[in-house]
Amino acid sequence: MPGESDMNEGGPSGRFAPSASPLVHPHGVTERSPATPSGPSFRASAAKALGDAQLRANFRRAMDGLMTKRSAQFPDPGDLQALRDLGTAVRTRSLLRLPELLEQLEASCTRNGIQVHWAETCDQANALILGLLKARGATRLVKGKSMVSEEMHLNAFLESHGIESLESDLGEYIIQLDHETPSHIIMPAIHKNKGQIAQQFSQKIKDAAYTEDVDELTALARKVLRQKFLEADAGLSGVNFAVAETGTLCLVENEGNGRMSTHVPPLHIAVMGLEKVVARLEDVAPLYALLTRSATGQPATTYLNLISGPRAKDEMDGPREIHLVILDNGRSRIYGDPQLQATLRCIRCGACMNHCPVYTRVGGHAYEAVYPGPIGKILTPQIEGVGLRHDLIHGSSLCGACSEVCPVEIPIPDILVRLRREATHADAASAVAGQGTGRTTSEDLAWRAWAAVLKRPRLYRLSAWFATRFRQFIPGGLPLLKAWTLSRTTPLPAPRSLQERIRKEGMPRV
Amino acid sequence: MPPARPSRVYFYGTCLVDLFFPEAGLAGIQLLQRAGVEVVFPEGQTCCGQPAYNCGYFEEARAVARTQIALFPEDLPVILPSGSCAGMMKHHYPDLFRGQPDEAAARAFAARVYELTQFLVDVLDVRLADLGPPVKVTWHSSCHALRDLGLKGQPQALLGQLANVELAPLARERECCGFGGTFSVRHPEISGTMACDKAADALATEASVVLSTDGGCLLNVKGVLEAQTAPMRVQHIAEFLWERTHAR
Amino acid sequence: MSDARAAILARLRAASTDNPLPTLDTAVLERRRWSPTERVKRLRRGMEAVHTEFLEARTEDWPEVLGAFCEREGIKTLLYGPGTEAGRRLAAVMAVTATALRPYDAPVETFKDELFQAVDAGFTTTLGGVAETGGLLVAPGPQEPRLLSLVPPVHLALLRASAIHDTLWSAIRSLGWDQAPPPNALMISGPSKTADIEQTLAYGVHGPRRLIVILVHDLPGTPA
Ligand code: SF4
Repeated sequence: MPGESDMNEGGPSGRFAPSASPLVHPHGVTERSPATPSGPSFRASAAKALGDAQLRANFRRAMDGLMTKRSAQFPDPGDLQALRDLGTAVRTRSLLRLPELLEQLEASCTRNGIQVHWAETCDQANALILGLLKARGATRLVKGKSMVSEEMHLNAFLESHGIESLESDLGEYIIQLDHETPSHIIMPAIHKNKGQIAQQFSQKIKDAAYTEDVDELTALARKVLRQKFLEADAGLSGVNFAVAETGTLCLVENEGNGRMSTHVPPLHIAVMGLEKVVARLEDVAPLYALLTRSATGQPATTYLNLISGPRAKDEMDGPREIHLVILDNGRSRIYGDPQLQATLRCIRCGACMNHCPVYTRVGGHAYEAVYPGPIGKILTPQIEGVGLRHDLIHGSSLCGACSEVCPVEIPIPDILVRLRREATHADAASAVAGQGTGRTTSEDLAWRAWAAVLKRPRLYRLSAWFATRFRQFIPGGLPLLKAWTLSRTTPLPAPRSLQERIRKEGMPRV
Repeated sequence: MPPARPSRVYFYGTCLVDLFFPEAGLAGIQLLQRAGVEVVFPEGQTCCGQPAYNCGYFEEARAVARTQIALFPEDLPVILPSGSCAGMMKHHYPDLFRGQPDEAAARAFAARVYELTQFLVDVLDVRLADLGPPVKVTWHSSCHALRDLGLKGQPQALLGQLANVELAPLARERECCGFGGTFSVRHPEISGTMACDKAADALATEASVVLSTDGGCLLNVKGVLEAQTAPMRVQHIAEFLWERTHAR
Repeated sequence: MSDARAAILARLRAASTDNPLPTLDTAVLERRRWSPTERVKRLRRGMEAVHTEFLEARTEDWPEVLGAFCEREGIKTLLYGPGTEAGRRLAAVMAVTATALRPYDAPVETFKDELFQAVDAGFTTTLGGVAETGGLLVAPGPQEPRLLSLVPPVHLALLRASAIHDTLWSAIRSLGWDQAPPPNALMISGPSKTADIEQTLAYGVHGPRRLIVILVHDLPGTPA
């Protein structure tokens, strides 16, 4: 396999601190990429994760369960395909009309009493939210689950300004106690087992006795968090779908913490990526059906919460104000490319990671990204820069298990191939972040040599002759072979190639 | 739509079969011949271009692909003993050549491409008579055969025709073996772990041989089995089918 | 932040194409249809699978059924919306039981602590249900506030069998939510739950620990 002469050195090792990245500020402002960035090394962190047998077993067991549950929800392949086609069409239509729908969403929300704000960067969004909280003297924020707020590193930002920003989704709460990041977009604490959680709760929750009983652990968190909901000055949530026509924010959840966060405190702030809009409320039905079934194999979640306005004059409860923050953070640039635009169809179900043979083995943290797994592999490089994340883009066998299950049919392997190209070529008029910055002279030369041989049959014949004649003497020290033989024997060419045999012996005759 | 049964076909050996599994190439040719079709094996074959394509080196991939398409001018089916290379030619050539002057030619070529077992079952509807002793085998579906090309049980159907062959399925039949071309050397730790898991899955079936349509997967699994000195062989399905069904 | 708005929209506009919009083929949703009695069965099956409990009742006697349940389960305080027809009927019957009815008729700020700490159950009506997956359609408002179905540890919900829709999709359309949704609308399939600890299902995480549906068998021909 020619072509990667310098691609297997693993790159810099050690944990990636987002703030150290040359492309992304701590709070997510993206800049043009410098010439040769050196990003986090997926290879190094994956290798580390692979060494953790417990972690691998945890993920394997969890992913096996999720795959089984998902497939049980789609007994009829014809119906599944029809539903995926519909979901894909809904999302594609929304994207094709994106600017118009966003304006319509703004108008409908405003009409409903929901105030709309726009942010180009994570910094802007954070500042906006801080401003809203400060203006109301709010110091205690409870959060429903929101991947966009993870993207913004909102918790750290608010804490640095003296505002408590408390995760209330049980999984998010668990990892926040340990200052960790989510290892899965739907099940953030999936990497932890109950022993670890029991330990953590008994140490960090006041008066908590050590227990490994899941119901008791859940009850402990319930007790702490209900008090927090009661006292909170503001609540923050993500948005699963935002409906342009009706000005409705849709939240999908099982725990009720989303409803608590959005309905108990007097102020509700919702954050969404700008791609989340759909035209009509009925469009939500097929997307919801796909989301819950693909994500966790549930026909429906406990709650589908449709919020179309704050507390009315004659109402007894509900937030007095609702603010919607629409975040760009690189999405409009992704939107600009007809092929890459498909990335924005994503409804964040996590099925691609549940079915990914790589994710299953290394877990979510190895990606050193807000979004792990296949969707993270295409989204992260487009936001942070393709050169910086070159080894992540290559961390896929292109097996296609992700796109096979993706409810909105995002062609993840094709997009990976495209991003591999963008990382190494700066010749197109495309706007991909960090374009060309993953190029190395050695890889270039390797592929040029590869093509030079393979487009000349005589040269290929000569190489094949050498490979077969000297098959025993392939130097084991070659970098590519060294990588290959970490767990395998050296591949041995046949004594004579097929073509040589046919030339010498003639075509076989039956 | 499968074409009417042709009297002549092209055979494309692929680089991996050429260098590592020549017996599979010869077997594929003979399986076709025995089914009554004349096989043309043009000189000058090298590689379908997939490695460069998958790494984003499209110009290099195209330059190579162009020389290969030129070897198959007649309007005959092109048969490959590889799901992955067939998938590349059938589904990615149209993308690779989009907007190029020879796009139409590339598309026409792509439409003629078949993987061997697909052609044997769907077009030739072959009947096999098993001459071999009882044996237990297991089957690894290559991801590209499954998902790029869309093989739907043709290899299993052929194995099912062999009276003395017991097919013991892998527990994770649809999971990738970790080869992934350059992935295997850019991310050898992940790739190797996947390959080891695949080998363990195969060993658990207690079959004596793992079969596949794809040389890459075979090399990968073979490498692991050999490194572990496990009592199991790998074999290309063409070679296996031929071995069991021709009178010596 | 209007600069951000203008800049974002300008970038999106610059990239917009006039590609034709794909058509939406909703046949797969439309063919999910059942008879009224099948709808009841499906809803029950779906909701019972996620630990929802059912009480059987008739139009005439559902308040008594509910009252008996509260007594049996030792529910001391039941929060409800006094302004609805159902609320009035409930009040009439519950007056003679051991359960204290607490009307939700003042802003939540006036009794937030009590709501969180001293209420055993909340009662709401529903707009109907969804047969396909099993769920209740609830639209809180001035008469039945939003937290009524969320904060008390037990949620009692009144469902008429005749108000069960085939799918969420058809419900959204026939309730007119696609035109003018209420400020808050919900589909609820069971008590609150989580699987965040080792994929193990646990009920009653933040919201109600129990969801009890008082199912009023009002379909024509339903045996009493
Ligand atoms: S890419 Fe597809 S499968 Fe992955 S999270 Fe998004 S919608 Fe789900």
